Amino acid sequence: MKMKNWLAMTALAAVAGFSATTANARDLTVVSWGGTYQDAQREIYFKPFAEKAGKPLLDEAWNGGYGVLQAKVKAGAPNWDVVQVEAEELELGCGDGLFEYIDWDRLGGEDKFLESAVHDCGVGAIVWSTAIAYDADKLPDGGPASWSDFWDTEKFPGKRSLRKGPKYTLEFALLADGVDKDEIYDVLATPEGIDRAFAKLEEIRDDVVWWEAGAQPLQFLASGEVAMASAYNGRITGINRTEDRNFKVVWPGSIYAVDSWVILKDAENRDAGMDFIAFASEPENQKKLPEYVAYGLPNNEAAKMVSDAQKAELPTTEENLTDAIALDVDFWIDNSEALTERFNAWLAQ
Amino acid sequence: MSGTGGKGHLSAIALVAPLFLFIAVFFLWPLGTMMSQAVSDTAVLRILPQTAKVAASWDPETPPTAEMKDALAADLRAADDRQAVGDMTRRLNSAQPGFRTLMSRTTRALRKDDAPPLSEIDERWDDPRFWQAITGALSPTTDRYLLAAVDLERDVSGNIVAMPEEASANRDIMIRTFWIGALVTLACLAIGFPYAMLIASTEGWKRQLLLGAVLLPLWTSLLVRTAAWFIILQDNGLINAVITGLGISSEPLALIFNRTGVVIAMTHVLLPLMVLPIYSVLISIPGNLMPAAASLGANPLRAFVRVLLPLSLRGVASGSLLVFMTAIGYYITPALIGGAGDQMISSVIAFYATGSANWGMAGALGIVLLVVTLLLYAVYGRLSAAEERRS
Repeated sequence: MKMKNWLAMTALAAVAGFSATTANARDLTVVSWGGTYQDAQREIYFKPFAEKAGKPLLDEAWNGGYGVLQAKVKAGAPNWDVVQVEAEELELGCGDGLFEYIDWDRLGGEDKFLESAVHDCGVGAIVWSTAIAYDADKLPDGGPASWSDFWDTEKFPGKRSLRKGPKYTLEFALLADGVDKDEIYDVLATPEGIDRAFAKLEEIRDDVVWWEAGAQPLQFLASGEVAMASAYNGRITGINRTEDRNFKVVWPGSIYAVDSWVILKDAENRDAGMDFIAFASEPENQKKLPEYVAYGLPNNEAAKMVSDAQKAELPTTEENLTDAIALDVDFWIDNSEALTERFNAWLAQ
Repeated sequence: MSGTGGKGHLSAIALVAPLFLFIAVFFLWPLGTMMSQAVSDTAVLRILPQTAKVAASWDPETPPTAEMKDALAADLRAADDRQAVGDMTRRLNSAQPGFRTLMSRTTRALRKDDAPPLSEIDERWDDPRFWQAITGALSPTTDRYLLAAVDLERDVSGNIVAMPEEASANRDIMIRTFWIGALVTLACLAIGFPYAMLIASTEGWKRQLLLGAVLLPLWTSLLVRTAAWFIILQDNGLINAVITGLGISSEPLALIFNRTGVVIAMTHVLLPLMVLPIYSVLISIPGNLMPAAASLGANPLRAFVRVLLPLSLRGVASGSLLVFMTAIGYYITPALIGGAGDQMISSVIAFYATGSANWGMAGALGIVLLVVTLLLYAVYGRLSAAEERRS
């Protein structure tokens, strides 16, 4: 009997102890997009912040997906605190109450940031761009200059690679079809415009290798599997530095968007999360990012501190921005599901 | 006596209880929830009770009435659970693209005290299509997800019709999924059976080595294996280097971004699931049966067909079932190695679940996949039962 009691007591104590540690000890958890980008963030944001706060900081990686965030918040007590999200997820999640509101006073006011980086629920982390990438060593006589060139398989023989999904792909198809960059989303908003984009895609259906993860298009370029690809600008310049490649970014016709930091609703460390976001938004810390990856900085002061050599690689630089297009978030939150269905059906044909 | 019997009964229950609980909590309950998601449709009704009442008498072919708009504005003002409003918006946007921006603009405008009427906030509120989406979502249960999972929908008057061809291709993708599953199963069988015979015929370290070779892929991560196949199969990869080097073909063979590559990579990954069941049946077959058949005048092929194959059929059947069931759930390998025409249904389900948070659609596709699989399983059960009776 005594033995049994003793066992029960130990078990109880163990359970209590376990739940106590799980209740108290989850460290601030920051989630970003992995790869070399997150390695850079670890050096300039995560480690210094943990040192300053005197507490550990956990970092995890994710691959996007609104359903993931929704499931975490709906389950209650999410195990992530701060997440870097894309513009659509920010808009949807803010409307659905998945995120805490941002305390802009703690960030020094909204006017310190790019306009597109300011949101009720999020603070811009980077400005990034999707653009044509090609290997200049393999195309020494000059590479593509526009999406029309991308579609021209006679002038530039070889396969192409595009991100699997309607977002970006339809815009690029319309650009290739000669639609003016300022009218892209007006055209896409009509059924005829969507038909036109799919008809243009049909032209290169057999020449496209579709990619899903951001590292893939560069791998295809490096192995010679494709002649040109759409890719994230930071990764293109990144691979030039790490693997000594000569990949080029075609800025005209590129589409840029803002990624933002958000705090999940009712997250355990939301205060520390806000501190972290403030830390990562300070110009002194943020200005270091372009040394590692070529993404634009949402903090105006930080953007001014970047050296000229690095500036040439950023999507936010004036000359790179001239013929670029801002992603229309409203269009995609309305139409993403219907167009993805149609895109999948088109692929399956 | 009866006391000990009861006790035995109780302890038997106690012993089974953990298993039973495990199955109930981790298998039946989620499955049930997922399936109910596919038919439940309360998201809109919960937020718009007044609108539901007013709109009941509305003719969907006519412009929306002023009462409906007032009721909707009142409902939206009364809603205070942002996540529930989000669920409603997601449901409506999935029926009629545009509701996302429409709802956020409307709720923002209604937060002010002197909000203008709905038509002034956004002219889309005069468009009957948006109201048709609302009235189509007011019944607490729905078959729209299940219908959409097989490319059907209801038109305005409620008849079941086929979706426009360019809108959805779930049926094609579903058929393709089963087809790829069948191809991979056949390929596994063609390689796995002789290999299992080879293992069963060896002993000692040779057997361990052969077993280890087939088990090795199970111990490496799926992603690493798939990436390795990418390197091997690509145009200037290992295989094509050998082929062009030997002069068998001057052009590299297209092994990647097509069906061939998917079947090769999936066969490699799933081979152990075929080899192990066949092997375990083969080693239980007495080794003197084949020599006995030979001594009775059967040539090796005849001995194999009449003796070894029937005896090992159970292993073949369970191996095929394991491989097939696992294969139809794949999506990383087709995504990385396959081309556009090799996408399988799991990737569509994943899009709805993690991408657009449309759990109804994800659940419905899951149900269709489950039902077809159960049907196939039933066929298999009948066939193997008949086989057993015959032998």
